[in-house]
Amino acid sequence: MDIINIIVCVLLFSGLFFLTGGAVGILRFPDFYSRLHPAGKLDTLGSLLAMTAFALFNLHHFSLGALLTSLKILLIVVFIFLASPTATHGIVDAGVRAGLAPWTKGEKRR
Amino acid sequence: MDNIFLYSSLYLAFLMVLSLVRALIGPTVLDRMIGVNAIGSKTVVLLIMIGFLYHRMDMFVDIALAYAMLNFIAVLAASRYFQKRKGLYDEVLYR
Amino acid sequence: MSIDQKWGRLLDKQEEKELGNDHNTSKVENSDRGSWRRKNFGLYAVTFFIMLGVWAILSGKFDPFHLSLGVISCAIVSYLSADLLRPSVRGLLILLVRWVPYLLWLMKEIFKANLHVTYLVFHPRMMDLIDPKIVKFRSKLEGDLALVTFANSITLTPGTITVNVSLDGDFKVHAIDKASGEPLPGEMEARVAKAFGESDG
Repeated sequence: MDIINIIVCVLLFSGLFFLTGGAVGILRFPDFYSRLHPAGKLDTLGSLLAMTAFALFNLHHFSLGALLTSLKILLIVVFIFLASPTATHGIVDAGVRAGLAPWTKGEKRR
Repeated sequence: MDNIFLYSSLYLAFLMVLSLVRALIGPTVLDRMIGVNAIGSKTVVLLIMIGFLYHRMDMFVDIALAYAMLNFIAVLAASRYFQKRKGLYDEVLYR
Repeated sequence: MSIDQKWGRLLDKQEEKELGNDHNTSKVENSDRGSWRRKNFGLYAVTFFIMLGVWAILSGKFDPFHLSLGVISCAIVSYLSADLLRPSVRGLLILLVRWVPYLLWLMKEIFKANLHVTYLVFHPRMMDLIDPKIVKFRSKLEGDLALVTFANSITLTPGTITVNVSLDGDFKVHAIDKASGEPLPGEMEARVAKAFGESDG
């Protein structure tokens, strides 16, 4: 077990921790708008950390093909980073136009 | 290292089941869409881990890239479609 | 007035703003694409080389046949779509240099925000802690790209999601608890303004 494997494991497990937070959050939060918070943020950071871990692990046996594959994984990271807030905004916009009222303190959970 | 990836992907599949619960019970259509979007973003990570398990990284990374783009476009198209629909609120009222 | 005309007028206005001091001599009209293309040839070159880099990463083959296919298709696509990016080449490079510190700061903020939301998610009495409400404020930012960056950064950081942005900079933000909604226009707006060179206005 050398040093790069330990870094990969730490990154991967912290990514899985944030993804767990996202999955539990969309089950626990009371309404549609507040469910978007874990879905939009925690999933983004979780997949970002996990992808970085994979790109690092892939460079273990160095070659041109491995370098290209790691660059492709980083391309996925950049894409997720741009696309995830935009998708969240699209869903919020649909909710606002359909007239869903946000949950306020003291109401029953929906 | 292979074992770590194997058990991590099993755990990720369990998280996808949790998101699927929200997609099944969630009162409005948009709640279901949040669940589907969360499943999609976990699938991208899962695909790359499967690539490590089969030692075919060069092939699976392309599939993951295409899946990330498809997921994004699907969510945008679905939200554009449902904001045109008037009966979105009814699902809460008749429950 | 049709929607196309409205958009055309809006774009014209913005171009005048970007051209700044010499806008009375060189009024750019919407139909006059050719001279704009000749003047901003560097923009096409930048778009072309970025696209060629992505092509090389995605294909992974460096023999002459595949590279020539890439050169041809990148040339066609950059000819068709480079004028979607309005700023000039020098502006683009300056933007890239200023963006790196902003991105580093944003990563730190995102990490803190995610820890906060994770704390909320796993807290047993979560329903008492959260207090969602919609915050409205007006931003001083002007450019389209600056507004989009600001909106996406808000969505990614502490317990806030952008609900709506108007073209004038009116923001509606859904905040999950009191602590995350209060400091809103604040520091992030100043940093975005600095990254896009709008800090004076």
